[in-house]
Amino acid sequence: MDWAYLFEISLTGLAGGGLYALAALAFVMVYKATRVVNIAIGEMLMIGAYLFFTFASMLALPLWLAIPAAVLGTGLLGAVIERTMIRPLLGEPPISVFMVTVGLASVLVGLVEVIWTADQRRLPEFMPNQAIMIGDAFLAPKVFWGALIAVVFIAAVLLVFRFWRGGVALRATASDQAAAYSMGINVPRVFSLAWVVSAMLAALSGIIVGSIGGISSSMGVFGLSVLVVVIVGGLDSVLGALVGGLCIGLVEALAGAYLGGEYKLLATFIVLVAILMVRPYGLFGTHEIERL
Amino acid sequence: MRIGTLKESYIADAALFDSRTQKVWLAIAAALLLLFPFMASDYWLYLACLVSINVASATGLNILTGYTGLVSLGQAAFMGLGAYTVAILQINVGSPFLLNILAGGFVAMLGGLIVGIPSLRVKGLYLAIATIAASFIAHFLFANLKFTGGTGGLALPPASLFGLVLDTSFRLYWVIVPVTVLMLLGAANLFRTRVGRAFIAIRDRDISAEVLGIPLLRYKLLSFGLSSFYAGVAGGLWAYFFRVVTPESFPLLMSIFFLAAIIVGGMGTILGGILGAVFMTMVPELLKLVFDLLPNSTSLTVYLSPVRTIIFGLLIIGFLVFEPHGLAEVWRRIRRFFHLWPFRN
Repeated sequence: MDWAYLFEISLTGLAGGGLYALAALAFVMVYKATRVVNIAIGEMLMIGAYLFFTFASMLALPLWLAIPAAVLGTGLLGAVIERTMIRPLLGEPPISVFMVTVGLASVLVGLVEVIWTADQRRLPEFMPNQAIMIGDAFLAPKVFWGALIAVVFIAAVLLVFRFWRGGVALRATASDQAAAYSMGINVPRVFSLAWVVSAMLAALSGIIVGSIGGISSSMGVFGLSVLVVVIVGGLDSVLGALVGGLCIGLVEALAGAYLGGEYKLLATFIVLVAILMVRPYGLFGTHEIERL
Repeated sequence: MRIGTLKESYIADAALFDSRTQKVWLAIAAALLLLFPFMASDYWLYLACLVSINVASATGLNILTGYTGLVSLGQAAFMGLGAYTVAILQINVGSPFLLNILAGGFVAMLGGLIVGIPSLRVKGLYLAIATIAASFIAHFLFANLKFTGGTGGLALPPASLFGLVLDTSFRLYWVIVPVTVLMLLGAANLFRTRVGRAFIAIRDRDISAEVLGIPLLRYKLLSFGLSSFYAGVAGGLWAYFFRVVTPESFPLLMSIFFLAAIIVGGMGTILGGILGAVFMTMVPELLKLVFDLLPNSTSLTVYLSPVRTIIFGLLIIGFLVFEPHGLAEVWRRIRRFFHLWPFRN
């Protein structure tokens, strides 16, 4: 057993897990507030990356303008999606809303292929290029900086949603919709807010993921891993999203290093099934008590 | 509600086809199905076979999702199980065609029973994700097992029935369509029995169903088994139709396609499964025809596939937002219009 190698792989895995955690946070935010399983999260991430590509490479805007523009643009998209597709389905069974997001994913992929074609593109470099050494372990610079940015933003989001009024409203809506309504919270606006924030977070992680691995119209596959993360962590748990993200990142890296690349998805899905068998509501998810 | 139909016995009330109009229309439909191969071109026969296979598989998913309320995104994987079973039997054993297809159905059923085990503890969308996991594991097995031919897959010889080689769409039509019709009749009859009604009770409220004395695990597993049997048989037909089976033949997108088909058609009705599968299979083809009609169509062909993807998504969203009960409801509305005409419309 080569411990140094294991350490290196684990570090890479944890750093990759940080990215999963950021995307998973975007997912959990929508689920907590609106009880919608947004399977199109990977595609929203892709839209964020492509908008960044458009602003930074095609329009040659400076970075400090391109990133916020891409994030805001995706946030706008989130608002439009919420108003036109999710709001009309309020009160419909969860499977219907789930399928709407499946359709949405397909529409977004098609749009990207029409506008930007299906070719693989590269995002402009904006992260420092120096190799990172932690002890003896080498860590790819992009992965390190990407994970760092993700961690900073996760912390920022958690703080904002702890202390900002909108964040309190969101948490109140998540814990009891009717009570939140009767306390004067504008629940529909909270729904919009959740979608906008989620889309913005997705765009951010899309920009990071895209600058590590390049962007293409099949980038939405990343969303599948995010789905596994949130199911493992529990759909409505922020803590679950973070822990789940790190776990899945680690499992993927270890499986990729010791078993081979094709085992990555298999390993994560086996972990998923195993955890579902033991804890059907994920590691930290709320166990709902059913009443007749 | 249909008026002017007086039932005097319970049997008459539970009858599958209850009015004379219905029987007449069914006879016309059957006659059209019989005449179709002699009038249609090869391309349309090819489409008819494909539609028919999809109808069978979508009906299977309808039993599970539409009638039992268990959302599954693994239908394509079960089709794959059936297709691989058929391919391996045909190549290595050379057993008769119909036996292979049955075997494909039963192997898929076994897979369905295994995947169905978590369904007692895991509900709703968690279950949907678990079935995604199952379909990825199945894909991995297809690509990495010794006897499945790896990523290259398996190529199988054409089937033969009573010494007749089934190598054209015309000949396969006479096998695929009857098998599908048989399976549709089976599904329609299932919901007149105790088992089918138990499924519906589970869909409406599983805890209440258990209180009423329906053993949940047994019936949920049964539903999974039946649904994957349908998928397996459809997969078997698929294997004989395309004659090449690869791990990429049954992607997650195909499972989504079937779920979309029953949503567009109308969940929980047999007619919905048929209409949905026909509609969703035909739309991309119609799009291609429309594209061919456009001026300077050759330069536009790059957009064909993305536009198909967009239309596919828009159909799902549009139906869920504007017509949640699907095409079956539209059909019912049209029928009601003619039934009540000219008194109310």
